[in-house]
Amino acid sequence: MSPLTRIDHSVILGLIPHGARVLDLGCGDGSLLDKLVRERGVRGTGIEIDDAGVRDCIAKGLPVLQGDIDEGLRDFPDGSIDYVILNQTIQAAKKPVVVLQEMLRVGRKGIVGFPNFAYWRMRWHLLTRGRMPRTDFLHYEWYDTPNIHFCSIRDFDRYCEKTGIVVEKRIFINTGGGGKVYGGGRPNLFAENAVYLLSAPPGGFRKED
Amino acid sequence: MPHTRQPGSVGPVKKQFHTFCEPPHELELEGGGRLGPITLAYETYGRLNREKSNAILILHALTGDSHAAGIYAEDDPKPGWWDYLIGPGRPVDTDKYFVICSNVIGGCQGSTGPASVNPATGRPYGLTFPVITVNDMVRAQAHLLDHMGIDRLLAVLGGSMGGMQALVWSVLFPDRIMAAIPIATTAKHSPQQIAFNQVGRAAIMADSHFNGGDYYGGEIPRSGLSLARMVGHITYRSDEAMHERFGRKLRGKKALGYNFGIDFEVESFLHYQGDSFVERFDANAYLYITKAIDYFDLSMPSGSLTAELARAKCKFLVVSFSSDWLYPPYQSKEVVKSLLVNGIDATYCEIETRFGHDAFLLPGEMDTIIGNFLANLASRGGIKAPSVS
Repeated sequence: MSPLTRIDHSVILGLIPHGARVLDLGCGDGSLLDKLVRERGVRGTGIEIDDAGVRDCIAKGLPVLQGDIDEGLRDFPDGSIDYVILNQTIQAAKKPVVVLQEMLRVGRKGIVGFPNFAYWRMRWHLLTRGRMPRTDFLHYEWYDTPNIHFCSIRDFDRYCEKTGIVVEKRIFINTGGGGKVYGGGRPNLFAENAVYLLSAPPGGFRKED
Repeated sequence: MPHTRQPGSVGPVKKQFHTFCEPPHELELEGGGRLGPITLAYETYGRLNREKSNAILILHALTGDSHAAGIYAEDDPKPGWWDYLIGPGRPVDTDKYFVICSNVIGGCQGSTGPASVNPATGRPYGLTFPVITVNDMVRAQAHLLDHMGIDRLLAVLGGSMGGMQALVWSVLFPDRIMAAIPIATTAKHSPQQIAFNQVGRAAIMADSHFNGGDYYGGEIPRSGLSLARMVGHITYRSDEAMHERFGRKLRGKKALGYNFGIDFEVESFLHYQGDSFVERFDANAYLYITKAIDYFDLSMPSGSLTAELARAKCKFLVVSFSSDWLYPPYQSKEVVKSLLVNGIDATYCEIETRFGHDAFLLPGEMDTIIGNFLANLASRGGIKAPSVS
């Protein structure tokens, strides 16, 4: 997982301007948030459910809220954050649609990083072995995985199209060779991961009272 | 200091006293009336740095006192109530920080309260003592800090009623603290919390020795105060912790007695807690302090917790415990929510534990969390440790 961590983190770092207000959903041990604070001078907060992750964030001096990302955004006012990050987490959300709407209600922009389930290695694995694909960063068995909402790049594009969510930027990543940005064609087949910069559809998402 | 102290403990400590608000400069109380002179009993651990910027104020709970750490004598069997948390090399590190803990007004451990002698009459106040609030407790603490020449605290830190005081500090004196650490607490007492306190007060006031609070020098309302404490102790523990500690074990017998004597371990435990409490606590003080926390509502006067917390300028570390049903996690989350709406820098931890409300007084995960939070606060704030003398 380490090469991916580095490349997706540096991609996300490149999307966020200096001094922004950032919220990292499912921030884990806070390593991305820590980089953002140190290298980008952001005002950042993390949300994390796991005890060990929360303790690690506090040890790094990062503000962190222990809670569930499916509910954790409810308390934030509309537009109170510049960038809401959801990196390698959407596939584990119970209600990804709610999380996406909420992140674009709270954040002026959203950044979503996710594994592309239509990546050719995944397809090949399924085709040749007939078993659920496992990769470096998706190393779970079907019965113990927290990942319950996989999608492909094409699925995610379609979803944004359907809901009017504005895709401002798409960056594709492969982990091979220490991790690099993939700039070639047919990303749905050849990109292992994607990072999307999003904003709300015209009119935006508002808090329901 | 003699080199006999245990590593990690602050060792022998002394209770100190400061008297202020001498008439005609009495403290104006929130509920009306004035109080003065006021004495606060307090203890300090560690040393103040040259900039006077490394002070941490510890805030005690309902029946706590200023003795948060250390021992009074070499043969003292029982250290202060947060001794495992406070000391050289401990999370609240007395090599780095100057730690202060004072007994609240209205209490009975050396600070002015209903058992103190009213200088105007030469007799104990009893129920003529004015009703005080958590805000009044905090204002009195601010006088103590003025006396020590400390403008700004690194942090205020407390659990339960101590957490309420920490919250009050953040809005009453926003420029005087860098961080507030409210633990296992609430922004306002719920009807359930008020209800339990009312049972305790009713037990005290129904005691035949209560005599309208004027019992000093005679028989004290022993059984009433003991009963109040027994009720309290039930609320401090989770169902699971009681199962684990007592189960349905019988006390000193092999079979049920089929009478109204003590059968179960848990009954014996509660009576022991009640009886020993009477030896160290004043019944009137119990009335005054429980009333103060029942009145506590940080959302007043505006009625909006968010509007009131908008005055806060410090960082927050809010801690709750999963099995605490007296001050359940949802009450801490309400505080965090209002902080977030105000864009205030907040960290929230809900610690998984089976020990109920009592968890904040027991060693556990909270210790490291507090230690790391304070260390980051001090290093980012450029707070220096006191120079080695």
